[in-house]
Amino acid sequence: MRWIESLGQWFDRRLQLSGAIREAALHRVPRSSASWWYVFGSAALTVFILQVVTGILLAIVYVPSAAEAWNSLQTLNHDLTLGWFLRAMHGWGSNFMVALVLIHMVQVFLFGAHKYPRELTWVVGVFLLLMTLGMAFTGQVLRFDQDSYWGLGIGASIMGRVPLIGGWLVNLLLGGPIIAGETLSRFFALHVFVIPGMLIGLVGLHLLMVLKLGINEWPMPGRVVRRETYLKEYEELTHKDGVPFVPDAIWKDLIFAACVLLAVAFCAVVLGPFGPTGQPDPTIIETAPRPDFFFLWLYALLSLLPPQLETPFLLIAPVIGVAVLLLLPFLSGEGEKSWRRRPIAVLTVLLLAVVLGTFTRLASNAPWSPVMNAWSGSPLPERYLKDRSPLERRGALVFQAKQCRNCHALGIEGGQRGPALDTVATRLTPDQLIRQVLQGRGNMPAYGKNLSPAECTALVAFLTTLHPAGQAPARDASSSVALEADRESSASTRP
Amino acid sequence: MNKQTEVSRRSFLMRLGLWINGGIAALLAVPVVGYLLSPLRGKASQEYNTWVSLGPLSQFPEGQTRLATFRNPFVRPWDGQTADIPCWVRRVAGNTFQVFAINCAHLGCPVRWFSQSGLFMCPCHGGAYYADGSRASGPPERGLFEYPFRIDGDQLVIQAGELPTLAADAGTAAGGRKPCVG
Repeated sequence: MRWIESLGQWFDRRLQLSGAIREAALHRVPRSSASWWYVFGSAALTVFILQVVTGILLAIVYVPSAAEAWNSLQTLNHDLTLGWFLRAMHGWGSNFMVALVLIHMVQVFLFGAHKYPRELTWVVGVFLLLMTLGMAFTGQVLRFDQDSYWGLGIGASIMGRVPLIGGWLVNLLLGGPIIAGETLSRFFALHVFVIPGMLIGLVGLHLLMVLKLGINEWPMPGRVVRRETYLKEYEELTHKDGVPFVPDAIWKDLIFAACVLLAVAFCAVVLGPFGPTGQPDPTIIETAPRPDFFFLWLYALLSLLPPQLETPFLLIAPVIGVAVLLLLPFLSGEGEKSWRRRPIAVLTVLLLAVVLGTFTRLASNAPWSPVMNAWSGSPLPERYLKDRSPLERRGALVFQAKQCRNCHALGIEGGQRGPALDTVATRLTPDQLIRQVLQGRGNMPAYGKNLSPAECTALVAFLTTLHPAGQAPARDASSSVALEADRESSASTRP
Repeated sequence: MNKQTEVSRRSFLMRLGLWINGGIAALLAVPVVGYLLSPLRGKASQEYNTWVSLGPLSQFPEGQTRLATFRNPFVRPWDGQTADIPCWVRRVAGNTFQVFAINCAHLGCPVRWFSQSGLFMCPCHGGAYYADGSRASGPPERGLFEYPFRIDGDQLVIQAGELPTLAADAGTAAGGRKPCVG
């Protein structure tokens, strides 16, 4: 063992790093911050290192060419030893990294760690979040499949909405007039060189500030941050009730990071790599592109926003969102740190979580998308055809053939773009049905030009049978009153 | 010469060095920025767009809407399949055509034609268009993008080359529906 020691000393006489390393390792942190709540940042860093390593290994095989990228992914998945596992680790690592960065951010916010003097640490952290999301999106593009191709189309369409310079932005994003080879090359450069380079630099800065400014102490209700006194109080705290970072705090980081790595590997082994889905061939139009998990909420938002709000929202909301995040530590740099005394902070986090969670949940079954093959793939439930007249059955045929089913469910199958029609006859009278079918309304197109009078009669005859057994179909109350009056008047005139 | 002037001469030389380096960096930035911006072309003159053939007229029966594909005129050898662009061709009657971009006017997903109901439907956010490309329902703010076309002998030729978006409307040259941004 002596020779290891002397070798170490040989290096240290030349590098002179051991002092700085020892100082960083042994710096005192508040005992309260050696907590399981303080492990998410280091876990995110661990996954980032995993991403760098697996990314380099994938780059050995991956071909960043529009013509070959998809094939090289197939080779990785099927032909190379454990290529599928590396792709799966990289893909799941990406999901874990986004999740950990978000959890870390929420923890930091709720524990008031963004307040004085750690404002810049937070600002750098916001950029780290944006770059992590940038890595997730560019990574999805490199998985050059149908989702990636049409996802780029969506990105380009959003860029195209920018006033005046929209067209130029589209060409810059795509590296040319269409989604093609130069698009992939640009995103490859971003994903492999530009964003990781900036990430590494900013992670270094982030860590340096954590070391220089100290880890945030456990927030106590009533212990208020003041610019004049905070630094002194923190120094006292680390003196009186401090522990060296190594080993008192770091063991929890190490164990959690190991668990996260195991979890990534577990997901990779059990659930496998992401895609690639179909070939990036735009002429294959039988596809329903979906974004990756962390962008699903955006997909839902773009379906549910009123059309006239979409462009302003897409172009203005991200700017406001990032500005709010960046300004946060300057607007609330002092005061209470504890979440127990910050109800608005807690409610904001909960609201955001519920909104994003709801949108993500909605997007995973996308009720707004027509089910493109329901008209030919989902037969009508038998009970809707039993004991029906020939005209009504003819109407059922029209219902299927005219693709009504793509947007309207019957039984439980079919689209959810429009309302399910199992009980439509209790909501609309025959006259209202005819009007709705021919003229359309709300989100429904008008079918006047594509239905012959005979087809329309048959279709409405079928639709009026759609009511529960014990419930009468809707009828026009005024018409019966009018008819009654008519009958009465004709009875009274009878001699 | 006293010590102070000696120091200021050194610092003058250092500043000079910084200025020279800054100037050279600025000079080098010009080609770098030019290189990065090279995908930009004149929007008004439609520099990316050219006339390309979709095949003989006989492929497109009257009264029907059919999928056609063309090789994008602006292409790199490594573009692979991505340069094969589909579009919907509607032959109204005789030499009257409508050639629609495949991309939904909402966010660019590929719309599909359903001849039975006479609708184009988008699988992404549920946009729908009538047979003539006009908006039927859903989030799109306008009808489908249209390519300008002409008949060249027995060939149907369209002017194409750029991904149609609200900013680069495929149909501006032929006076197609103007984009309604925002």
